[in-house]
Amino acid sequence: MRLGRIRAMAVKEMLQVWRDPRSLMIALLMPVMQMALLGYGVNLDAKHIPVCTFDREGSQFSEALLKRFKSTAYFAVVETVDNYRALTAAVDGGDCRIAIVVPPDFSKRLSDSGASSVQAIIDATDDNSANLALGYAQSVVSGFSADIAVQRAGMQGQWMAAPAALSLESRVWFNEDLVSRNFIIPGVVAMVMALVGSQLTSLTISREWERGTMELLVSTPVTPMEVMLGKLLPYFAIGFFDAALCLAFAVFWFDVPFRGTVFTLFFTTALFLIVVLGLGYLISVTVRSQVGASQIALLVTMLPTALLSGYTFPIDQMPALIRAVTYLVHARYYVTILKAVFLKGEGVVELAEPILAMTIYAALVAVLAARAFRKRLE
Amino acid sequence: MSAPDKPKIRVAGLTKRFVGTTAVEGATFDIARGEIFGLVGPDGAGKTTVMRMLAGVMRPDAGSIEIDDVDVVADPEQAKLHLSYMPQRFGLYEDLTVDENIRFYADLFEVPRKLRDERTGPLLAASNMEAFRRRLAGQLSGGMKQKLGLICSLIHTPQVLLLDEPTTGVDPVSRRDFWRILYSLRESGVTILISTAYLDEAERCTRLALFHEGRLRYCDTPKRLKALMPGTLLAITSTAARDLHKALLGRDGVMSVMLVGDGVHAVVDDADRRVPELSAALDAGKIPHGELVRVTPSIEDLFVGLLKDEHAS
Ligand SMILES: Nc1ncnc2c1ncn2[C@@H]1O[C@H](COP(=O)(O)OP(=O)(O)OP(=O)(O)O)[C@@H](O)[C@H]1O
Ligand SMILES: [Mg+2]
Repeated sequence: MRLGRIRAMAVKEMLQVWRDPRSLMIALLMPVMQMALLGYGVNLDAKHIPVCTFDREGSQFSEALLKRFKSTAYFAVVETVDNYRALTAAVDGGDCRIAIVVPPDFSKRLSDSGASSVQAIIDATDDNSANLALGYAQSVVSGFSADIAVQRAGMQGQWMAAPAALSLESRVWFNEDLVSRNFIIPGVVAMVMALVGSQLTSLTISREWERGTMELLVSTPVTPMEVMLGKLLPYFAIGFFDAALCLAFAVFWFDVPFRGTVFTLFFTTALFLIVVLGLGYLISVTVRSQVGASQIALLVTMLPTALLSGYTFPIDQMPALIRAVTYLVHARYYVTILKAVFLKGEGVVELAEPILAMTIYAALVAVLAARAFRKRLE
Repeated sequence: MSAPDKPKIRVAGLTKRFVGTTAVEGATFDIARGEIFGLVGPDGAGKTTVMRMLAGVMRPDAGSIEIDDVDVVADPEQAKLHLSYMPQRFGLYEDLTVDENIRFYADLFEVPRKLRDERTGPLLAASNMEAFRRRLAGQLSGGMKQKLGLICSLIHTPQVLLLDEPTTGVDPVSRRDFWRILYSLRESGVTILISTAYLDEAERCTRLALFHEGRLRYCDTPKRLKALMPGTLLAITSTAARDLHKALLGRDGVMSVMLVGDGVHAVVDDADRRVPELSAALDAGKIPHGELVRVTPSIEDLFVGLLKDEHAS
């Protein structure tokens, strides 16, 4: 094995990617697009819903409650009014989606009976977002005090009277959704990397066949190992960049808490990249047309990853037989690892099991990929 | 180094079958060091398949190939160190520049950078391509592409050069450049195997191998091959080529008639006697025709002549 030849292959491949719009799109655009698409697909939460507040009491309590609306990311307090007319105008004019009114006897009733109520006035033209806004408002209020029951009153016309009390059920639903976003986004990163990684390399060998450059290439002394390493190296760099991009997206855009170490994250990501890039390469060696290779790569990565990696459907709730099949899905290990690194802050030691499994997977794919390419035309 | 009398390339019983066809069958020939050995034959004769097997990129079903003492069938990778193969279809990277392509192939053959730079200049100069070093290969003309292919295959100074129809579709000026380089290579002892569809090129070869339907029919110097062809070739233009063809077929002294683009080619046993005879007969039959011109047979004519002869016997 000669380093010079590996370098020559890598440089050539990099130049080709750089000059090929399709490869460039997969390398740079696809991860961002997928991340946004899949990320928002699971992310039902809206942010910064415009809210208008009307504090009719002006007590310490009422201010503390309204402060909560200001500090949460779900709401943006766009207007503070001191009469109903202004409130009506704000909701009617669409300046805000929801108005919160604290009644004059808020603190009194709270101290008297241990229960009080605030009024939420919602523009319910859009059922869904009205529900969502209501849910958020409720969570803010229940965050303020678990003892406070939220009540809403509506007005006539396009305003709708909301039910007097929120059921416990809807509160659970809301909370669950809040948690699932954090749970799903790390899985989305795994999904995107599984897709992008295999797409990247699925073109690399088939492109040589399709453009007729393979015949000349195999007539040179370059070895299959050098071809593989030279070709994978640039995609490894690109893949790493993409992974960093997706992870940053998860942390800074979707606000998923990151409790682990960057080292664990990058180490496991490198391992997963070997698996997905190797898989794409393997497909590329086997299928000689670019479109065919890319489609097969999509098929073998997307469905298993989406359904069987535990990214959306929890693996421990699957039937035993299907659970057994998930062990074959490469993304399963990366999903497990990412969730643990993100949410539980686990390190290499705690994650020894999935890391070992992924190492075996990587080694297997590497061996298969190295053996698959033959310097023959047939 | 091998003994001077020992052939550089020895091919024996070379056979390659594909589903439904036998592309090459039992080809046996030797090529001496420093030869320009031509492969000729109609489409599908098996030229490319022979080249591929010699280049070590296709495994023969039977037969042996030796280059010096290297068994190409058993150890193609060893052979690849000292040979260069230029496929029929342009095999360089069209999205890489001239320089980048050269650098890539130099690196694959582990040519040291200094040596590579020393060689690149003269090779580009010899092919009149210095001005295009930074142009993408895909934006070169057909002739320049082929010359770039040759430059890339020469960057590591191979001992054996396998060129599969390198000048097809190449303009005459580039072809001249091409052959000038081949001659100088030959002088430095490089052994060249070239397939071609052009007669003038075939005649420049030291020896020719005529393939037909996978079989090696004739293998000799161009001169002796032409001498093999009996009779004289006449070219006759006509606006009614089919009638002309019919009128000539089977006449005394006419050995073969072949329709060509603007008339026919006919082979006659004795031109001095038959030219006046035939032209009188055509006039009498009111068949429009031009002058009966004696021409040197093209490779195709040679083929038709030789292969027809073979069928007869
Ligand atoms: N990879 C292949 N698979 C199947 N058949 C093939 C393959 N390569 C060549 N053949 C067949 O083998 C025969 C010889 O083909 P080959 O390409 O060697 O001819 P050629 O002399 O180079 O022709 P041309 O002048 O058109 O380049 C043809 O009948 C061709 O169809
Ligand atoms: Mg051919």
